[in-house]
Amino acid sequence: MDNRIEKRIELAAPVSRVWLALTDHREFGEWFRVKLDGPFVPGQVSRGHITYPGYEHVKWEAVVQKMEPERLFSFTWHPYPADPKIDYSKETPTLVEFRLEKTATGTLLVVTESGFDKIPSGRRLEAFRMNEGGWTEQMKNIERHVTKTS
Amino acid sequence: MFAALGDETRLLLVAKLCGGPLYSISQLTQGSKLTRQAITKHLRVLERVGIVHSVRSGRESRFQFDPHPMEGMREYLDFVSKQWDEALSRLKSFVEK
Repeated sequence: MDNRIEKRIELAAPVSRVWLALTDHREFGEWFRVKLDGPFVPGQVSRGHITYPGYEHVKWEAVVQKMEPERLFSFTWHPYPADPKIDYSKETPTLVEFRLEKTATGTLLVVTESGFDKIPSGRRLEAFRMNEGGWTEQMKNIERHVTKTS
Repeated sequence: MFAALGDETRLLLVAKLCGGPLYSISQLTQGSKLTRQAITKHLRVLERVGIVHSVRSGRESRFQFDPHPMEGMREYLDFVSKQWDEALSRLKSFVEK
């Protein structure tokens, strides 16, 4: 178990297209599912709220770190701060880095999130709530089983 | 938690503790070049993050490993990982349109 997560994804789109999707706050918002108040600016706080269905009350806040055109975009944040009662600013933020590389077929995007050290309070409950889809499926299975055997 | 585990001595202590239910400081100091005091300091660090608990047995303290913090962290990391898989899948659809 490592205190970082790394994801690698090949995208059939030019680096400039991917860079725009990552760093233009409106485009970022479309696929990430967040509505941001304004553009990403290195060193500045980016604010908004989640548009993921069921989580529209959740605030987004990140501090933009680096923006090296078409190479690296990074920010620090507190992932999934879903409970408005908890002051997540007291927790250590994690660092998210998007690195882009040109390939023969388009772009290789490597995303790393690092700096995990504590499980934030209230988070375990959120994990189950966010996976509601999974629970619904389980309930259906139980229901099916119960009606079959009764 | 990772900071607590990011030390060779503490990792070795955790490995030893996983081998059984309870250990005394003497047992944990056996085979180590470190003093009782040093081992105790390391155990306190592990206690602070909940990976180790101490149980009083008369005048002595015995120590045990608690898997819950590590399991909890693993679950949380799996959850974050899954969120990234989904977000990046949406990014892929978005840029490849």
